[in-house]
Amino acid sequence: MESHRGKAWRFEDHVDTDQIIPAERLVAENLSKMNEFVFEKVRPGMAQKINKGDIILAGKNFGCGSSREHAPRSLIQAGVSCIIAESFARIFFRNSLNVGLLLVECKVDASEGDDIEVIPKAGKVINHSTGEEFNFPQYPEFVSELVAAGGLMSLIKEGRF
Amino acid sequence: MSKGKTIAEKILSDKSGVDAYAGQIVNAQVDYVMVNDVTGPIAFREFEELGMEPVRERMVLIPDHYVPNKDVASAEQAKEMREFARRWGIDNYFEVGRSGVCHQLMVDEGFAAPGRLIVGADSHTCTYGGLGAFSTGVGSTEAAAVFATGRLWFKVPESIKVNIKGSFRPGVGGKDLIIRIITDIGVDGATYKAFEFSGDISAVPVSDRLTIANMAIEAGGKAGIFPCDEMTEEYIKETVRGEWTSYEADPDAVYSAELEYDLSELEPMVAYPHLPENGRPVSEADVKIDQAWLGSCTNGRIEDLRIAAEVIKGRKVHPDVRFIVVPASPRVFNQAMAEGLLAIFMDAGAYVSGPTCGACLGGHMGILAAGERCVASTNRNFIGRMGHKDSEVYLAGPGVVAASAVAGKIVNPEKLEEVF
Repeated sequence: MESHRGKAWRFEDHVDTDQIIPAERLVAENLSKMNEFVFEKVRPGMAQKINKGDIILAGKNFGCGSSREHAPRSLIQAGVSCIIAESFARIFFRNSLNVGLLLVECKVDASEGDDIEVIPKAGKVINHSTGEEFNFPQYPEFVSELVAAGGLMSLIKEGRF
Repeated sequence: MSKGKTIAEKILSDKSGVDAYAGQIVNAQVDYVMVNDVTGPIAFREFEELGMEPVRERMVLIPDHYVPNKDVASAEQAKEMREFARRWGIDNYFEVGRSGVCHQLMVDEGFAAPGRLIVGADSHTCTYGGLGAFSTGVGSTEAAAVFATGRLWFKVPESIKVNIKGSFRPGVGGKDLIIRIITDIGVDGATYKAFEFSGDISAVPVSDRLTIANMAIEAGGKAGIFPCDEMTEEYIKETVRGEWTSYEADPDAVYSAELEYDLSELEPMVAYPHLPENGRPVSEADVKIDQAWLGSCTNGRIEDLRIAAEVIKGRKVHPDVRFIVVPASPRVFNQAMAEGLLAIFMDAGAYVSGPTCGACLGGHMGILAAGERCVASTNRNFIGRMGHKDSEVYLAGPGVVAASAVAGKIVNPEKLEEVF
Protein backbone atom coordinates (compact mmCIF):
# COMPACT_ATOMS: atom_id res chain seq x y z
CA MET A 1 0.00 0.00 0.00
CA GLU A 2 1.46 3.30 -1.09
CA SER A 3 1.84 6.38 1.06
CA HIS A 4 -0.36 9.43 0.69
CA ARG A 5 0.17 13.07 1.55
CA GLY A 6 -2.48 15.74 1.42
CA LYS A 7 -4.46 18.44 3.12
CA ALA A 8 -6.72 17.52 6.03
CA TRP A 9 -10.49 17.94 5.97
CA ARG A 10 -11.74 17.71 9.54
CA PHE A 11 -15.00 15.98 10.53
CA GLU A 12 -16.52 14.95 13.85
CA ASP A 13 -18.14 11.65 15.00
CA HIS A 14 -20.83 9.67 13.17
CA VAL A 15 -20.42 11.00 9.64
CA ASP A 16 -23.20 9.06 7.90
CA THR A 17 -23.37 8.00 4.28
CA ASP A 18 -26.30 10.36 3.63
CA GLN A 19 -23.87 13.18 4.42
CA ILE A 20 -21.17 11.72 2.17
CA ILE A 21 -23.57 11.44 -0.77
CA PRO A 22 -27.31 12.11 -0.40
CA ALA A 23 -29.77 9.43 -1.44
CA GLU A 24 -31.34 11.58 -4.13
CA ARG A 25 -28.06 11.46 -6.05
CA LEU A 26 -28.03 7.67 -6.16
CA VAL A 27 -29.10 7.07 -9.72
CA ALA A 28 -27.05 5.21 -12.29
CA GLU A 29 -26.55 8.26 -14.52
CA ASN A 30 -24.59 9.91 -11.69
CA LEU A 31 -22.16 7.02 -11.22
CA SER A 32 -19.41 8.71 -13.22
CA LYS A 33 -19.81 12.13 -11.57
CA MET A 34 -20.53 11.35 -7.94
CA ASN A 35 -17.63 13.60 -6.88
CA GLU A 36 -19.87 16.61 -7.58
CA PHE A 37 -22.23 15.72 -4.73
CA VAL A 38 -19.81 14.80 -1.94
CA PHE A 39 -20.89 16.38 1.39
CA GLU A 40 -23.15 18.79 -0.53
CA LYS A 41 -25.72 19.09 2.27
CA VAL A 42 -23.36 19.51 5.21
CA ARG A 43 -20.32 21.21 3.60
CA PRO A 44 -21.57 22.92 0.44
CA GLY A 45 -18.73 23.76 -1.93
CA MET A 46 -16.28 21.31 -0.39
CA ALA A 47 -16.55 18.91 -3.35
CA GLN A 48 -15.12 21.54 -5.68
CA LYS A 49 -12.26 22.41 -3.30
CA ILE A 50 -10.87 18.94 -2.65
CA ASN A 51 -7.46 18.45 -4.21
CA LYS A 52 -6.29 15.05 -5.37
CA GLY A 53 -4.66 13.27 -2.48
CA ASP A 54 -6.50 15.14 0.28
CA ILE A 55 -7.23 13.26 3.48
CA ILE A 56 -10.36 13.20 5.62
CA LEU A 57 -9.87 13.10 9.38
CA ALA A 58 -12.84 12.11 11.52
CA GLY A 59 -13.90 10.85 14.90
CA LYS A 60 -15.85 7.71 15.69
CA ASN A 61 -18.11 5.64 13.43
CA PHE A 62 -17.26 7.19 10.08
CA GLY A 63 -19.54 5.94 7.29
CA CYS A 64 -22.47 4.86 9.42
CA GLY A 65 -25.90 4.32 7.92
CA SER A 66 -26.71 3.08 4.46
CA SER A 67 -24.81 0.34 2.63
CA ARG A 68 -24.42 2.53 -0.45
CA GLU A 69 -21.09 1.73 -2.05
CA HIS A 70 -21.51 5.07 -3.76
CA ALA A 71 -20.07 6.60 -0.56
CA PRO A 72 -16.46 5.37 -0.81
CA ARG A 73 -16.62 5.48 -4.61
CA SER A 74 -17.69 9.14 -4.60
CA LEU A 75 -14.87 10.05 -2.20
CA ILE A 76 -12.33 8.39 -4.50
CA GLN A 77 -13.78 10.23 -7.50
CA ALA A 78 -13.50 13.47 -5.55
CA GLY A 79 -9.78 12.84 -5.07
CA VAL A 80 -9.73 11.75 -1.43
CA SER A 81 -6.77 9.43 -0.90
CA CYS A 82 -7.40 8.22 2.62
CA ILE A 83 -9.74 8.48 5.56
CA ILE A 84 -8.32 8.50 9.05
CA ALA A 85 -10.94 7.96 11.76
CA GLU A 86 -11.10 6.70 15.31
CA SER A 87 -13.46 3.99 14.08
CA PHE A 88 -15.45 3.05 11.00
CA ALA A 89 -18.93 1.67 10.46
CA ARG A 90 -18.79 -1.94 9.31
CA ILE A 91 -20.38 -1.86 5.86
CA PHE A 92 -18.50 1.30 4.86
CA PHE A 93 -15.28 -0.41 5.98
CA ARG A 94 -15.91 -3.48 3.82
CA ASN A 95 -17.02 -1.40 0.84
CA SER A 96 -13.86 0.67 1.01
CA LEU A 97 -11.67 -2.45 0.90
CA ASN A 98 -13.35 -3.50 -2.33
CA VAL A 99 -13.20 -0.17 -4.13
CA GLY A 100 -9.67 0.77 -3.08
CA LEU A 101 -10.20 3.57 -0.57
CA LEU A 102 -7.54 3.48 2.13
CA LEU A 103 -8.94 3.56 5.67
CA VAL A 104 -6.78 4.08 8.72
CA GLU A 105 -8.15 3.53 12.19
CA CYS A 106 -6.25 5.97 14.35
CA LYS A 107 -6.82 8.94 16.61
CA VAL A 108 -4.88 11.86 15.16
CA ASP A 109 -4.55 15.40 16.46
CA ALA A 110 -4.90 17.69 13.48
CA SER A 111 -6.77 20.75 12.35
CA GLU A 112 -8.52 21.51 9.11
CA GLY A 113 -5.94 22.22 6.44
CA ASP A 114 -2.99 20.51 8.17
CA ASP A 115 -0.46 18.73 5.95
CA ILE A 116 -0.92 15.01 6.65
CA GLU A 117 1.08 12.02 5.47
CA VAL A 118 -0.06 8.41 5.82
CA ILE A 119 2.55 5.65 5.52
CA PRO A 120 0.64 2.34 5.65
CA LYS A 121 3.73 0.11 5.49
CA ALA A 122 5.11 1.74 8.61
CA GLY A 123 1.70 2.06 10.28
CA LYS A 124 2.37 5.74 10.73
CA VAL A 125 0.55 9.05 10.30
CA ILE A 126 2.64 12.24 10.31
CA ASN A 127 1.14 15.68 10.82
CA HIS A 128 3.76 17.79 9.06
CA SER A 129 2.03 20.98 10.23
CA THR A 130 2.67 20.13 13.89
CA GLY A 131 5.48 17.59 13.59
CA GLU A 132 3.49 15.01 15.54
CA GLU A 133 3.46 11.31 14.64
CA PHE A 134 0.78 8.72 15.32
CA ASN A 135 0.90 4.93 15.00
CA PHE A 136 -1.82 2.56 13.86
CA PRO A 137 -2.04 -1.25 13.74
CA GLN A 138 -1.87 -3.23 10.50
CA TYR A 139 -4.98 -4.83 9.05
CA PRO A 140 -5.55 -8.50 9.90
CA GLU A 141 -3.84 -10.84 7.42
CA PHE A 142 -6.97 -11.68 5.40
CA VAL A 143 -7.90 -8.02 5.02
CA SER A 144 -4.34 -7.08 4.01
CA GLU A 145 -4.42 -9.72 1.27
CA LEU A 146 -7.82 -8.47 0.10
CA VAL A 147 -6.55 -4.91 -0.13
CA ALA A 148 -3.27 -5.94 -1.77
CA ALA A 149 -5.22 -7.88 -4.41
CA GLY A 150 -7.37 -4.84 -5.19
CA GLY A 151 -10.60 -6.04 -3.59
CA LEU A 152 -12.92 -9.00 -3.73
CA MET A 153 -13.58 -8.86 -7.49
CA SER A 154 -9.85 -9.17 -8.17
CA LEU A 155 -9.64 -12.22 -5.91
CA ILE A 156 -12.54 -13.83 -7.77
CA LYS A 157 -11.02 -13.03 -11.18
CA GLU A 158 -7.76 -14.64 -10.03
CA GLY A 159 -9.67 -17.70 -8.83
CA ARG A 160 -8.62 -17.07 -5.23
CA PHE A 161 -12.13 -16.75 -3.78
CA MET B 1 -15.18 -30.49 24.64
CA SER B 2 -16.01 -27.56 22.44
CA LYS B 3 -17.17 -24.26 23.84
CA GLY B 4 -20.77 -23.09 23.67
CA LYS B 5 -21.90 -20.96 20.78
CA THR B 6 -24.14 -18.00 20.13
CA ILE B 7 -26.77 -18.21 17.39
CA ALA B 8 -24.53 -16.14 15.09
CA GLU B 9 -21.62 -18.53 15.68
CA LYS B 10 -23.84 -21.54 14.99
CA ILE B 11 -25.30 -20.24 11.75
CA LEU B 12 -21.92 -19.08 10.40
CA SER B 13 -20.32 -22.40 11.45
CA ASP B 14 -22.93 -24.44 9.62
CA LYS B 15 -22.86 -22.26 6.52
CA SER B 16 -19.06 -22.32 6.32
CA GLY B 17 -18.43 -25.88 7.44
CA VAL B 18 -15.95 -24.55 9.99
CA ASP B 19 -16.22 -24.81 13.76
CA ALA B 20 -16.22 -21.04 14.07
CA TYR B 21 -16.20 -18.60 16.97
CA ALA B 22 -16.26 -14.84 17.28
CA GLY B 23 -13.26 -13.17 15.66
CA GLN B 24 -12.65 -15.85 13.03
CA ILE B 25 -13.05 -15.07 9.35
CA VAL B 26 -15.09 -17.67 7.46
CA ASN B 27 -16.09 -18.19 3.86
CA ALA B 28 -19.77 -19.09 4.02
CA GLN B 29 -22.52 -20.30 1.69
CA VAL B 30 -25.19 -17.63 1.32
CA ASP B 31 -28.86 -18.68 1.04
CA TYR B 32 -30.12 -15.50 -0.63
CA VAL B 33 -28.59 -12.29 -1.91
CA MET B 34 -30.83 -9.29 -2.50
CA VAL B 35 -30.23 -5.97 -4.27
CA ASN B 36 -32.54 -3.01 -4.83
CA ASP B 37 -32.79 -0.44 -7.62
CA VAL B 38 -30.21 1.88 -6.01
CA THR B 39 -27.53 -0.69 -5.19
CA GLY B 40 -28.28 -3.04 -8.09
CA PRO B 41 -26.68 -1.17 -11.00
CA ILE B 42 -23.17 -1.19 -9.47
CA ALA B 43 -23.58 -4.88 -8.61
CA PHE B 44 -24.76 -5.75 -12.13
CA ARG B 45 -21.80 -3.97 -13.74
CA GLU B 46 -19.28 -5.58 -11.37
CA PHE B 47 -20.83 -9.01 -11.91
CA GLU B 48 -20.84 -8.78 -15.69
CA GLU B 49 -17.13 -7.98 -15.74
CA LEU B 50 -16.47 -11.41 -14.26
CA GLY B 51 -17.90 -13.42 -17.15
CA MET B 52 -19.35 -16.01 -14.78
CA GLU B 53 -22.76 -17.66 -14.45
CA PRO B 54 -24.95 -16.33 -11.65
CA VAL B 55 -26.46 -18.34 -8.80
CA ARG B 56 -29.89 -17.48 -10.23
CA GLU B 57 -32.23 -19.13 -7.77
CA ARG B 58 -30.52 -17.48 -4.81
CA MET B 59 -30.72 -13.96 -6.22
CA VAL B 60 -33.57 -11.59 -5.42
CA LEU B 61 -33.97 -8.28 -7.28
CA ILE B 62 -36.39 -5.79 -5.76
CA PRO B 63 -36.97 -2.28 -7.11
CA ASP B 64 -38.26 -0.25 -4.17
CA HIS B 65 -36.33 2.98 -3.55
CA TYR B 66 -37.33 5.13 -6.53
CA VAL B 67 -40.32 3.20 -7.83
CA PRO B 68 -42.79 3.76 -9.33
CA ASN B 69 -40.19 5.65 -11.34
CA LYS B 70 -39.68 9.08 -9.84
CA ASP B 71 -38.09 10.69 -12.90
CA VAL B 72 -36.16 9.82 -16.04
CA ALA B 73 -32.97 9.00 -14.16
CA SER B 74 -34.72 6.55 -11.84
CA ALA B 75 -36.66 5.10 -14.78
CA GLU B 76 -33.36 4.35 -16.52
CA GLN B 77 -32.05 2.78 -13.33
CA ALA B 78 -35.13 0.60 -12.87
CA LYS B 79 -34.83 -0.43 -16.51
CA GLU B 80 -31.25 -1.53 -15.90
CA MET B 81 -32.47 -3.93 -13.20
CA ARG B 82 -35.34 -5.22 -15.34
CA GLU B 83 -33.03 -5.87 -18.26
CA PHE B 84 -30.43 -7.57 -16.07
CA ALA B 85 -33.14 -9.88 -14.71
CA ARG B 86 -34.28 -10.76 -18.24
CA ARG B 87 -30.78 -11.18 -19.61
CA TRP B 88 -29.76 -13.60 -16.90
CA GLY B 89 -33.12 -15.32 -16.36
CA ILE B 90 -33.55 -14.22 -12.74
CA ASP B 91 -37.03 -15.39 -11.70
CA ASN B 92 -36.98 -13.57 -8.37
CA TYR B 93 -37.38 -10.14 -9.89
CA PHE B 94 -40.41 -8.28 -8.55
CA GLU B 95 -41.99 -5.76 -10.89
CA VAL B 96 -43.86 -2.71 -9.64
CA GLY B 97 -47.27 -3.86 -8.43
CA ARG B 98 -45.83 -7.15 -7.19
CA SER B 99 -43.00 -5.38 -5.41
CA GLY B 100 -42.71 -3.53 -2.13
CA VAL B 101 -40.17 -2.32 0.39
CA CYS B 102 -37.45 -4.92 -0.13
CA HIS B 103 -37.20 -6.21 3.43
CA GLN B 104 -40.95 -6.61 3.81
CA LEU B 105 -41.08 -8.40 0.47
CA MET B 106 -38.27 -10.73 1.56
CA VAL B 107 -40.48 -11.71 4.50
CA ASP B 108 -43.78 -11.80 2.57
CA GLU B 109 -42.27 -13.88 -0.23
CA GLY B 110 -40.76 -16.35 2.19
CA PHE B 111 -37.07 -15.79 1.43
CA ALA B 112 -36.39 -14.76 5.01
CA ALA B 113 -36.58 -17.69 7.42
CA PRO B 114 -34.92 -18.98 10.59
CA GLY B 115 -31.34 -20.17 10.35
CA ARG B 116 -30.73 -18.78 6.89
CA LEU B 117 -27.70 -16.70 5.93
CA ILE B 118 -28.93 -13.78 3.85
CA VAL B 119 -27.06 -10.75 2.58
CA GLY B 120 -28.51 -7.73 0.88
CA ALA B 121 -27.12 -4.58 -0.65
CA ASP B 122 -29.18 -2.51 1.74
CA SER B 123 -28.15 -1.83 5.31
CA HIS B 124 -31.52 -2.85 6.78
CA THR B 125 -31.07 -6.42 5.59
CA CYS B 126 -30.55 -7.19 9.28
CA THR B 127 -34.38 -7.17 9.55
CA TYR B 128 -34.67 -10.94 9.04
CA GLY B 129 -32.94 -11.55 12.34
CA GLY B 130 -36.43 -10.99 13.72
CA LEU B 131 -37.22 -14.43 12.29
CA GLY B 132 -33.99 -16.05 13.48
CA ALA B 133 -31.92 -15.58 10.34
CA PHE B 134 -28.36 -14.25 10.24
CA SER B 135 -28.82 -11.45 7.76
CA THR B 136 -26.69 -8.40 7.14
CA GLY B 137 -26.15 -5.51 4.77
CA VAL B 138 -23.31 -5.56 2.26
CA GLY B 139 -22.11 -3.34 -0.57
CA SER B 140 -22.88 -3.74 -4.26
CA THR B 141 -19.52 -5.33 -5.06
CA GLU B 142 -20.00 -7.94 -2.35
CA ALA B 143 -23.50 -8.66 -3.67
CA ALA B 144 -21.96 -9.14 -7.13
CA ALA B 145 -19.43 -11.54 -5.61
CA VAL B 146 -22.29 -13.60 -4.20
CA PHE B 147 -24.10 -13.53 -7.57
CA ALA B 148 -21.00 -15.19 -9.03
CA THR B 149 -19.87 -17.54 -6.26
CA GLY B 150 -22.81 -18.01 -3.90
CA ARG B 151 -20.41 -17.29 -1.06
CA LEU B 152 -19.01 -14.41 0.96
CA TRP B 153 -16.46 -13.86 3.70
CA PHE B 154 -17.65 -12.95 7.17
CA LYS B 155 -15.89 -12.07 10.35
CA VAL B 156 -17.86 -14.03 12.94
CA PRO B 157 -19.19 -11.31 15.22
CA GLU B 158 -19.16 -11.16 18.96
CA SER B 159 -22.71 -11.03 20.30
CA ILE B 160 -24.37 -8.72 22.79
CA LYS B 161 -27.03 -10.60 24.73
CA VAL B 162 -30.22 -8.65 25.35
CA ASN B 163 -32.33 -10.27 28.05
CA ILE B 164 -35.99 -9.40 27.83
CA LYS B 165 -38.40 -9.66 30.71
CA GLY B 166 -41.88 -8.37 31.45
CA SER B 167 -44.32 -7.28 28.78
CA PHE B 168 -45.08 -4.07 26.90
CA ARG B 169 -47.64 -1.72 28.39
CA PRO B 170 -50.44 -0.69 26.02
CA GLY B 171 -49.16 1.73 23.39
CA VAL B 172 -45.53 0.61 23.75
CA GLY B 173 -43.82 -1.69 21.25
CA GLY B 174 -40.68 -2.87 19.54
CA LYS B 175 -39.83 0.56 18.14
CA ASP B 176 -39.71 1.98 21.64
CA LEU B 177 -37.45 -0.83 22.85
CA ILE B 178 -34.96 -0.46 20.02
CA ILE B 179 -34.82 3.35 20.30
CA ARG B 180 -34.22 2.85 24.06
CA ILE B 181 -31.39 0.39 23.36
CA ILE B 182 -29.73 2.61 20.75
CA THR B 183 -30.04 5.60 23.08
CA ASP B 184 -28.41 3.60 25.88
CA ILE B 185 -25.47 2.19 23.92
CA GLY B 186 -25.08 4.80 21.16
CA VAL B 187 -25.12 4.64 17.38
CA ASP B 188 -21.80 2.78 17.41
CA GLY B 189 -22.52 0.71 20.52
CA ALA B 190 -22.77 -2.54 18.58
CA THR B 191 -20.32 -1.91 15.74
CA TYR B 192 -19.01 -5.18 14.28
CA LYS B 193 -21.27 -7.06 16.71
CA ALA B 194 -24.56 -8.95 16.65
CA PHE B 195 -27.41 -8.52 19.09
CA GLU B 196 -28.90 -11.76 20.36
CA PHE B 197 -32.26 -11.36 22.06
CA SER B 198 -33.19 -13.80 24.77
CA GLY B 199 -35.36 -14.26 27.84
CA ASP B 200 -39.10 -13.87 27.59
CA ILE B 201 -39.26 -13.19 23.87
CA SER B 202 -42.83 -14.51 23.75
CA ALA B 203 -43.76 -11.05 25.06
CA VAL B 204 -42.53 -9.57 21.77
CA PRO B 205 -44.78 -10.10 18.73
CA VAL B 206 -42.91 -11.20 15.60
CA SER B 207 -43.75 -7.94 13.82
CA ASP B 208 -42.04 -6.07 16.67
CA ARG B 209 -39.06 -8.42 16.48
CA LEU B 210 -38.64 -7.43 12.83
CA THR B 211 -38.75 -3.75 13.82
CA ILE B 212 -36.11 -4.31 16.50
CA ALA B 213 -33.81 -6.36 14.27
CA ASN B 214 -34.27 -3.81 11.47
CA MET B 215 -32.69 -1.08 13.58
CA ALA B 216 -29.74 -3.16 14.86
CA ILE B 217 -27.73 -1.35 12.18
CA GLU B 218 -28.60 1.99 13.80
CA ALA B 219 -26.37 0.92 16.69
CA GLY B 220 -23.75 -0.20 14.16
CA GLY B 221 -24.78 -3.84 14.58
CA LYS B 222 -24.05 -6.50 11.98
CA ALA B 223 -27.18 -8.43 12.90
CA GLY B 224 -29.97 -8.54 15.48
CA ILE B 225 -31.14 -12.07 16.06
CA PHE B 226 -34.17 -13.47 17.86
CA PRO B 227 -34.32 -17.20 18.42
CA CYS B 228 -37.06 -18.98 16.48
CA ASP B 229 -40.06 -20.03 18.56
CA GLU B 230 -43.67 -21.13 17.97
CA MET B 231 -44.66 -17.55 17.24
CA THR B 232 -42.06 -17.40 14.47
CA GLU B 233 -43.29 -20.65 12.97
CA GLU B 234 -46.86 -19.41 13.01
CA TYR B 235 -45.81 -16.11 11.42
CA ILE B 236 -43.99 -17.67 8.45
CA LYS B 237 -46.00 -20.85 7.87
CA GLU B 238 -48.09 -19.54 4.97
CA THR B 239 -45.30 -17.80 3.12
CA VAL B 240 -41.95 -19.50 3.74
CA ARG B 241 -40.14 -21.10 0.81
CA GLY B 242 -38.24 -24.33 1.31
CA GLU B 243 -36.61 -25.82 4.37
CA TRP B 244 -35.28 -23.83 7.28
CA THR B 245 -33.46 -24.55 10.54
CA SER B 246 -34.06 -23.32 14.05
CA TYR B 247 -31.03 -22.45 16.15
CA GLU B 248 -30.75 -21.61 19.79
CA ALA B 249 -27.73 -20.45 21.72
CA ASP B 250 -25.84 -22.80 24.03
CA PRO B 251 -26.17 -22.04 27.74
CA ASP B 252 -22.39 -21.53 27.96
CA ALA B 253 -22.12 -19.32 24.88
CA VAL B 254 -19.82 -16.33 25.35
CA TYR B 255 -21.13 -12.77 24.96
CA SER B 256 -19.20 -9.51 24.78
CA ALA B 257 -21.84 -7.82 26.92
CA GLU B 258 -25.24 -8.46 28.44
CA LEU B 259 -28.09 -5.99 28.65
CA GLU B 260 -31.46 -6.42 30.33
CA TYR B 261 -34.72 -4.67 29.59
CA ASP B 262 -37.97 -4.91 31.52
CA LEU B 263 -40.56 -4.17 28.84
CA SER B 264 -43.09 -3.03 31.44
CA GLU B 265 -40.82 -0.10 32.32
CA LEU B 266 -40.64 1.25 28.77
CA GLU B 267 -42.45 4.36 27.59
CA PRO B 268 -43.21 5.38 24.01
CA MET B 269 -39.99 6.89 22.66
CA VAL B 270 -39.07 9.46 20.06
CA ALA B 271 -35.57 9.90 18.60
CA TYR B 272 -34.72 13.55 17.98
CA PRO B 273 -32.62 14.80 15.07
CA HIS B 274 -30.04 13.99 13.84
CA LEU B 275 -29.14 10.58 15.25
CA PRO B 276 -31.23 7.57 16.30
CA GLU B 277 -29.43 7.63 19.67
CA ASN B 278 -31.21 10.87 20.62
CA GLY B 279 -34.15 9.02 22.14
CA ARG B 280 -36.42 10.62 24.73
CA PRO B 281 -39.74 9.58 26.22
CA VAL B 282 -42.57 11.02 24.13
CA SER B 283 -43.98 12.55 27.33
CA GLU B 284 -41.05 15.02 27.25
CA ALA B 285 -41.61 16.02 23.62
CA ASP B 286 -42.91 19.45 22.65
CA VAL B 287 -42.45 19.53 18.89
CA LYS B 288 -44.85 20.89 16.28
CA ILE B 289 -44.86 18.92 13.05
CA ASP B 290 -45.64 19.53 9.40
CA GLN B 291 -45.78 15.90 8.34
CA ALA B 292 -46.36 12.46 9.81
CA TRP B 293 -45.10 9.49 7.82
CA LEU B 294 -46.13 5.88 8.45
CA GLY B 295 -44.42 3.11 6.54
CA SER B 296 -40.92 1.72 5.73
CA CYS B 297 -39.13 -1.54 6.42
CA THR B 298 -39.17 -0.60 10.10
CA ASN B 299 -42.88 -0.03 10.71
CA GLY B 300 -44.83 -0.54 7.49
CA ARG B 301 -46.43 -3.87 8.41
CA ILE B 302 -50.10 -4.67 8.89
CA GLU B 303 -49.61 -4.70 12.66
CA ASP B 304 -48.28 -1.12 12.50
CA LEU B 305 -51.16 0.03 10.33
CA ARG B 306 -53.64 -1.52 12.78
CA ILE B 307 -52.10 0.38 15.69
CA ALA B 308 -52.17 3.67 13.77
CA ALA B 309 -55.73 3.13 12.51
CA GLU B 310 -56.95 2.40 16.00
CA VAL B 311 -55.53 5.74 17.14
CA ILE B 312 -56.87 7.83 14.27
CA LYS B 313 -60.26 6.17 13.77
CA GLY B 314 -63.03 8.78 14.03
CA ARG B 315 -60.51 11.63 14.24
CA LYS B 316 -59.12 14.05 11.68
CA VAL B 317 -55.57 14.84 10.64
CA HIS B 318 -54.56 18.27 11.98
CA PRO B 319 -55.19 21.02 9.41
CA ASP B 320 -51.50 21.95 9.34
CA VAL B 321 -50.26 18.38 8.87
CA ARG B 322 -49.82 16.01 5.92
CA PHE B 323 -50.24 12.42 7.09
CA ILE B 324 -48.73 9.99 4.59
CA VAL B 325 -49.41 6.26 4.93
CA VAL B 326 -47.35 3.80 2.90
CA PRO B 327 -48.08 0.10 3.41
CA ALA B 328 -44.76 -1.69 2.90
CA SER B 329 -45.88 -4.39 0.47
CA PRO B 330 -48.80 -5.50 -1.72
CA ARG B 331 -49.68 -8.12 0.88
CA VAL B 332 -49.80 -5.49 3.64
CA PHE B 333 -51.77 -3.14 1.37
CA ASN B 334 -54.35 -5.81 0.51
CA GLN B 335 -54.77 -6.84 4.10
CA ALA B 336 -55.17 -3.22 5.20
CA MET B 337 -57.78 -2.72 2.51
CA ALA B 338 -59.66 -5.86 3.54
CA GLU B 339 -59.67 -4.76 7.17
CA GLY B 340 -60.93 -1.29 6.27
CA LEU B 341 -57.79 0.40 7.57
CA LEU B 342 -57.08 2.37 4.39
CA ALA B 343 -60.60 3.83 4.54
CA ILE B 344 -60.00 4.87 8.14
CA PHE B 345 -56.80 6.70 7.13
CA MET B 346 -58.44 8.37 4.14
CA ASP B 347 -61.52 9.37 6.11
CA ALA B 348 -59.18 11.06 8.57
CA GLY B 349 -57.60 13.04 5.73
CA ALA B 350 -54.43 11.00 5.22
CA TYR B 351 -52.71 10.37 1.90
CA VAL B 352 -52.36 6.64 1.24
CA SER B 353 -49.88 5.40 -1.35
CA GLY B 354 -48.79 2.09 -2.79
CA PRO B 355 -45.64 0.43 -1.45
CA THR B 356 -42.31 2.26 -1.91
CA CYS B 357 -39.36 3.33 0.23
CA GLY B 358 -40.27 6.79 -1.04
CA ALA B 359 -39.66 9.61 1.37
CA CYS B 360 -38.01 7.51 4.09
CA LEU B 361 -34.64 8.06 2.44
CA GLY B 362 -35.48 11.38 0.85
CA GLY B 363 -36.45 9.75 -2.42
CA HIS B 364 -39.88 11.01 -3.36
CA MET B 365 -43.52 11.19 -2.26
CA GLY B 366 -43.23 13.23 0.89
CA ILE B 367 -39.96 15.21 0.75
CA LEU B 368 -39.52 17.93 3.36
CA ALA B 369 -38.87 21.62 2.66
CA ALA B 370 -36.44 23.78 4.65
CA GLY B 371 -37.48 24.12 8.26
CA GLU B 372 -40.14 21.40 8.11
CA ARG B 373 -40.46 18.71 10.72
CA CYS B 374 -41.69 15.16 10.25
CA VAL B 375 -42.45 12.45 12.77
CA ALA B 376 -41.77 9.18 10.98
CA SER B 377 -42.05 5.49 11.73
CA THR B 378 -38.75 5.06 9.87
CA ASN B 379 -35.23 4.29 11.02
CA ARG B 380 -32.95 7.25 10.30
CA ASN B 381 -33.15 10.91 11.23
CA PHE B 382 -29.80 11.99 9.76
CA ILE B 383 -29.29 15.52 8.42
CA GLY B 384 -31.38 15.93 5.28
CA ARG B 385 -32.55 12.32 5.37
CA MET B 386 -36.08 13.11 4.17
CA GLY B 387 -35.30 16.19 2.14
CA HIS B 388 -33.87 19.64 2.75
CA LYS B 389 -30.75 19.82 4.92
CA ASP B 390 -32.60 22.13 7.27
CA SER B 391 -35.57 19.79 7.73
CA GLU B 392 -35.93 17.52 10.74
CA VAL B 393 -36.99 13.90 11.22
CA TYR B 394 -38.22 12.51 14.54
CA LEU B 395 -38.40 8.72 14.80
CA ALA B 396 -41.25 7.04 16.64
CA GLY B 397 -43.58 4.05 16.62
CA PRO B 398 -46.83 3.85 14.63
CA GLY B 399 -49.13 4.92 17.48
CA VAL B 400 -47.16 8.09 18.18
CA VAL B 401 -46.99 8.92 14.46
CA ALA B 402 -50.79 8.64 14.10
CA ALA B 403 -51.49 10.55 17.31
CA SER B 404 -49.08 13.30 16.27
CA ALA B 405 -50.80 13.58 12.88
CA VAL B 406 -54.00 14.40 14.73
CA ALA B 407 -52.48 16.69 17.35
CA GLY B 408 -50.16 18.58 15.01
CA LYS B 409 -47.36 17.96 17.47
CA ILE B 410 -45.56 14.91 18.81
CA VAL B 411 -47.75 13.25 21.42
CA ASN B 412 -48.40 9.96 23.12
CA PRO B 413 -51.69 8.47 21.84
CA GLU B 414 -52.76 8.23 25.49
CA LYS B 415 -52.71 12.02 25.69
CA LEU B 416 -54.81 12.60 22.59
CA GLU B 417 -58.00 13.14 24.60
CA GLU B 418 -56.30 15.89 26.58
CA VAL B 419 -55.12 17.72 23.48
CA PHE B 420 -58.66 18.12 22.18
